Amino acid sequence: MSQAVLAVAEQNDGVFRKVTFEALSEGRRIADRLGVELAAVVLGNGVQAASAELGRYGADRIRVADHPALAEYLNDAYCNVLAAVIAAEKPAVVVFGATTQGRDLAARLSARLNAPLAVDCLAIQVTDGALQVTRPMYGGKLLADVRLEGPLKLVAIRPNAMAITPTEKAGAIEPVAAEPGPTRTVFVEKTLDTGKVELTEADAIVSGGRGMGSSDFSVLENLAGVLGGAVGASRSAVDEGWRPASDQVGQTGKVVSPALYMACGISGAIQHLAGMSSAKVIVAINKDPEAPIFAKADYGIVGDLFELVPLITAEIQKLKA
Amino acid sequence: MEIVVLLKQVPATEAFIEIADDGVSVKTQNLKWVINPYDEFAVEEALRIREAHGGTVTVVSVGAEKTVEAIRTALAMGADKGILIHDTAAQNLDGLGVARVLAAALKGTAFDLIIAGQRAVDDDNFLVGPAVAEFLDIPHLSMVVKQELVDGRIRCQRTVEGGTLVVEAPLPALFTTQRGLNEPRYTSLPGIMKAKRKPLETKTLADIGLAPDALAAGGVRITAFRLPPQRTGGRMIAGDSAQAKAAELVRLLHEEAKVV
Repeated sequence: MSQAVLAVAEQNDGVFRKVTFEALSEGRRIADRLGVELAAVVLGNGVQAASAELGRYGADRIRVADHPALAEYLNDAYCNVLAAVIAAEKPAVVVFGATTQGRDLAARLSARLNAPLAVDCLAIQVTDGALQVTRPMYGGKLLADVRLEGPLKLVAIRPNAMAITPTEKAGAIEPVAAEPGPTRTVFVEKTLDTGKVELTEADAIVSGGRGMGSSDFSVLENLAGVLGGAVGASRSAVDEGWRPASDQVGQTGKVVSPALYMACGISGAIQHLAGMSSAKVIVAINKDPEAPIFAKADYGIVGDLFELVPLITAEIQKLKA
Repeated sequence: MEIVVLLKQVPATEAFIEIADDGVSVKTQNLKWVINPYDEFAVEEALRIREAHGGTVTVVSVGAEKTVEAIRTALAMGADKGILIHDTAAQNLDGLGVARVLAAALKGTAFDLIIAGQRAVDDDNFLVGPAVAEFLDIPHLSMVVKQELVDGRIRCQRTVEGGTLVVEAPLPALFTTQRGLNEPRYTSLPGIMKAKRKPLETKTLADIGLAPDALAAGGVRITAFRLPPQRTGGRMIAGDSAQAKAAELVRLLHEEAKVV
């Protein structure tokens, strides 16, 4: 009998990522189906006080590994500690957020513990001891139903895909005697723009393509700002050097799941369409009425984006006023 | 520097992917096959490191016989030799199974550095690179956009949500690639001619010391492929001015779609 479902929290300087609350909420649903407890696992340095809030998302217990060597994410140290927690808890399922860190850690752990892993899960069902998950493949061109079997199963959930369910209770904090062990990787420095909304976590994305004509994306940045969202780009805009590679949406960029995706001056190459296909609502703005993007959009406007986008921005501002 | 590149052959990203009749695989006829784009960055980076530090670049792949084409392309780009592990017992492996085969193939060879794609753009598993590093008991650094080799150590700039991290590890190590690392070179006709004479070995599981049953069914199995929800094509917003169209769009996003 497994002891619990574990949900692995991800924090930066004591601030939890939104996907952590999604992972806890989904972990709670899986734990309820299995009739077991949900334990959150937090790794970091000086994170004990901040960890108390995880009880509000369904964790019965909050295992905190607090250690100077865990101050920054290093996969060997984190993997050593998490493997020890798993050995003690013997969970049936461990839930991660499918972030850069979550995928990295889950992959290494999967090999160490010989445990099946599915990343970028959009939905998870429990069936007779196995997990049945739905995840995109081929950059979002297909959805795959995947079955995970074995005593321990690892899943990493796609940010924005699972509902956050706050609860009324407070989980109990239980320190973990963390032993990061000798680690080979060394942290040097980090440069983070925490004010910027991350594409994969954004509720709204305004993307520009070849139709932008230059690196001046200010009209899109203004609209994204009003929506509290992020600016994305098509591959052509990245290839032109107008936007950094980290902004690219598509099969060789990021596959995104916002509530609102606005494609501006993007014709709609198949790789791009796949990367945005799990958006809830898609708006396309393009001068060319024949652009393939219109067939994949919920709402389309034919016209000059440099004229339309500022007008849309002003209308949304009016609405929010 | 002995550099190993892990390579996978995948359908080209511009390919239209159709579900095969069995429901759990894709139709492979009429597909154009290419080096996984992230592995192409790995080949390019390996060649640049060899140009700077000397050594050899070995490309290793697990796959069907036609994977030879992708390895030959890497050789035409400039890699020195290729190894294809092809075995009927190594078909339909899950990600961990593939990583096990690659790690077994590398166990007996000397290497300083392994470079792998962050993911293959067909499975999108993000698993093989880190898993190979774990099986070989070496450090790994993922999603690298810049690397520097100094005194037997590698320093990598990794992309993460909202920024970058700089992390260092001693060699031997493995790193995975991120777009922005480099611009892969094209193959030249002389390169293609030269590639024909470069060593390309095909090995079975037995050749790399793996018994077929060492790869018992993994814990991950695709039970069905489905198409994502298909949109029927947008409602075109009409209006006699840009202002009218903008106002109508925002009204619909607010009242109908409820996303604004």
